[in-house]
Amino acid sequence: MIEAVVDAPVTVDNKLTRKDFVSDQEVRWCPGCGDYAILAQMQKVLPEIGVAREQIVFVSGIGCSSRFPYYMNTYGLHSIHGRAPTLASGLKAANPDLSVWVVTGDGDGLSIGGNHLIHCLRRNMDVKIILFNNRIYGLTKGQYSPTSLPGHRTKSSPLGSIDYPLNALSVAIGAEATFVARTQDTNTKHLSEVLRRAAAHRGTAFVEVYQNCVVYNPTAWDHTTDPEVRDDNIVFLEEGEPLVFGKDADKGIRMNGQEPEVVELGNGVSRDDLIVHREGMKNTAYAYMLSRMEDPEMPLPFGILRCVDRPSYNQLLTSQIEAAVEESGSGDLAALYSSADTWSVES
Amino acid sequence: MTDATPSDSKQASEHGGNIREQSSVVIRFSGDSGDGMQLTGDQFTNTSAVFGNDVSTFPDFPAEIRAPAGTIPGLSGFQVNFSSNELYTSGDTPDVLVAMNPAALKANLEDLERGAVIIVNVDAFTKNNLRKAGYTETPLGKDGLRGFEVHEVPLTSMTRAALEDAEGLTTAQKDLCKNAFALGLAFWMFERPLETTIKFYEEKFAKRPQVASANTKVLKAGYYYGENTEALQSRVRVPSRLAVTPGIYRRLTGNEALVLGLVTAAQKAKRPLFYGSYPITPASPILEGLSALKHFDVRTFQAEDEISAIGSVIGASFGGAFSATASSGPGIALKSEGINLAIVLELPMVIINVQRGGPSTGLPTKTEQADLLEVLFGRNGESPVPVVAPATSAECFDMAIEAFRIAVRHMTPVYLLSDGYLANNSEPWRIPDPDDIDPIEVTNRVDPEGYQPYMRDPHTLARPWVIPGTPGMEHRIGGLGKRDHSGEVSYSPKDHEEMVLRRAEKVARVADFMPPTTLTGPAQGELLVLGWGGTYGAIAAASDEARKEGLSVATAHLRYLNPFPKDLGNILGRYRQVLVPELNLGQLSMLIQARYPVRVIPLNKVQGQPFTIREVLEKIRTVLSPQGTTA
Repeated sequence: MIEAVVDAPVTVDNKLTRKDFVSDQEVRWCPGCGDYAILAQMQKVLPEIGVAREQIVFVSGIGCSSRFPYYMNTYGLHSIHGRAPTLASGLKAANPDLSVWVVTGDGDGLSIGGNHLIHCLRRNMDVKIILFNNRIYGLTKGQYSPTSLPGHRTKSSPLGSIDYPLNALSVAIGAEATFVARTQDTNTKHLSEVLRRAAAHRGTAFVEVYQNCVVYNPTAWDHTTDPEVRDDNIVFLEEGEPLVFGKDADKGIRMNGQEPEVVELGNGVSRDDLIVHREGMKNTAYAYMLSRMEDPEMPLPFGILRCVDRPSYNQLLTSQIEAAVEESGSGDLAALYSSADTWSVES
Repeated sequence: MTDATPSDSKQASEHGGNIREQSSVVIRFSGDSGDGMQLTGDQFTNTSAVFGNDVSTFPDFPAEIRAPAGTIPGLSGFQVNFSSNELYTSGDTPDVLVAMNPAALKANLEDLERGAVIIVNVDAFTKNNLRKAGYTETPLGKDGLRGFEVHEVPLTSMTRAALEDAEGLTTAQKDLCKNAFALGLAFWMFERPLETTIKFYEEKFAKRPQVASANTKVLKAGYYYGENTEALQSRVRVPSRLAVTPGIYRRLTGNEALVLGLVTAAQKAKRPLFYGSYPITPASPILEGLSALKHFDVRTFQAEDEISAIGSVIGASFGGAFSATASSGPGIALKSEGINLAIVLELPMVIINVQRGGPSTGLPTKTEQADLLEVLFGRNGESPVPVVAPATSAECFDMAIEAFRIAVRHMTPVYLLSDGYLANNSEPWRIPDPDDIDPIEVTNRVDPEGYQPYMRDPHTLARPWVIPGTPGMEHRIGGLGKRDHSGEVSYSPKDHEEMVLRRAEKVARVADFMPPTTLTGPAQGELLVLGWGGTYGAIAAASDEARKEGLSVATAHLRYLNPFPKDLGNILGRYRQVLVPELNLGQLSMLIQARYPVRVIPLNKVQGQPFTIREVLEKIRTVLSPQGTTA
């Protein structure tokens, strides 16, 4: 479905297996938590991306999802609430050979850490950001989050939330992220394909994972998991293919003026009338339009909304350093100290 | 003169006027922030330094970039103290004031003593400017200026006259050259050569030769004005210094010294320097300085906020770089959560606080020392951090290197406390040979055998610094409570207490590596003046003077504020009284009294300005007078 483009630096024997990425820590998420599936897919994918285990670092903030690094047998930093992108940015700048991953959630990444997230994306820092979205605060036991829907009754919104939510993908595209994708914890095949593509991307890869909180928000994603309805609520994006969805692949999305609309195929409407997916559009308008497709009016886009080439912060930093050395030679302290008006005092 | 050292004045006669000889002079240039006063002061300083004087400068500029012209808030000043002797400060009171407009006269007059020379740009004393300065009538020739030697010089019209034939310049552009006229006149007054400044104009305006030649022309016009009009009765000679350590010298501000020190530390450890920072007055020049040093493998990251800045530094330190950040009080407050993470991760980094007047936004461009307790205690939990504080602008260089030595030796964040005075003050610096600076030894463990993330060096209690990318040593660390040695997450009461005690003990052991505290003056006696940070100059000069008066005064200046040096208790016990001058309400005083069985006499000032030598000297005299305070 999604072609993995693996051009990351290959530094090891590829004989690593899933087990090599399982740490000795007992996993402490609630039974049935969607995090288990994401962890398992990550451990399955990493041996295949051609990066040595010691070159991989997971950085997280605070929240249930942020326990992730403890369970990965890689280098890991469990930091403070919302700040993971900042640590990842410094780490990657200091040590550009590393493959740096940020694991965050809807509260950590879009509320307390929203500022850091958008700035990491706009800089195109070469890190992979996986945002687990369960539309709730889990670790603090059930308050509404910045992705909770209006009217959602939670412990801190007993009469229903009056906050309008953020759309994670729209935020990422608004910040001109170069790789933006959505997938889901229970769709393990799709999830692993998206992770592979994220790993191969040069620049910030932003992946929203619909993740189920079995304790505090267990029905949030029913419309995308229930076999009866999910196919009518999700459109899988495939490069160069028309936007077709539905249990019997009998529906599609076409442009009506400047708006996308759902149409039934047949009765004079063919696949040729539909929007053809292109993830590499330089202009963000198309990807943004996809991100605004929300249920129940429209199916939710799954897959890679946007994947474009743009030099990463780290590539630009490295070139500036190389150019500076080229121009001025490797730093000479004695010359630096004397780079001002000087005078001599004779003995 | 105003330096505590008594100046020897003698008359010297020479063609072209009376010349008095003096050991030191303080001159202050003041005008609109668009008048080029910083540049004028800078040029006067460079010429004096090249001439062979000791120099110490203090710029005083407004927080607003361009407050309304002609008003007091819009003033920008630059004070230069130049001397035949060693200088400690930029001087208490100016001997000469150059006032470019009525506001400059009004704002600075209270700092002058009778007898001082005042040069005013009489052309700027218009009705409108007088009103903007808050004068109802012109002060020139009135009682308020009695006792001063006032020279009314038509700076603007003389400048225009000098440039009458200059082509390609508008009147406004010509008027911008009037600071060159004031500078030329000052050069004449103090027998300074013009070459350094002419060369500067030629380089600065290389692409606009008409501007360079206009400035040079006006500079000379100012000089000849002094020579020809004989309006100024007194010419003063300040001979060059004799007893100076030979070598090559340059001027250095505290911020420049920090830039050089941070780069030197990284180079001495053969590491990249990562510097993550968010612009803030008065620390921004460090970011600007480092961003131009990419050929030293300096990686500057202008973060989106203060929190991101400290986060990036933690990440870079985990990644193996020499990492640093700087800010000022309000930014340090935002960084406090991140610093606590760094303390718990036990990663090396240097955090610079260039203190300014607080609380809140406070006085961004003014100096204060009121963040000592903030850096020691302004975080949740038991949160020990070593704190060092340079005493002079040039010493910022050495202490930046020392801060990194401590950070990597003990695996801990280290605070360096500078302040607005040190940051902007400049003084001569004898340029060291980089080869004379000891390398910084860093060991990054690569042996997985028996490795545990929080295993500790038996002497320092430092944990190993293992860099991602090292095979077989993958590990996870975080801000949660943990077990010592293994570093595994633990909420056990005993593990928590043990970790709290370990971190405290680790920082306490930094004292094992400190040099002995330097004492000046009697090894025991009546009074110890104990200071820290940028107040060094005023304290040293005042104590020197007090000793010359026959008073029993010793001084010690703390470069290490946490932990305190091991010899401090002993030193404190050898004096009958201890005086602690600080630009706050008594923060070091509080710490000393909490730790040692002494009662200190505080001397506090919170006006956004450094101590004058006189303020400290008078307090010393009071304390030691028969009616003085007793401890």
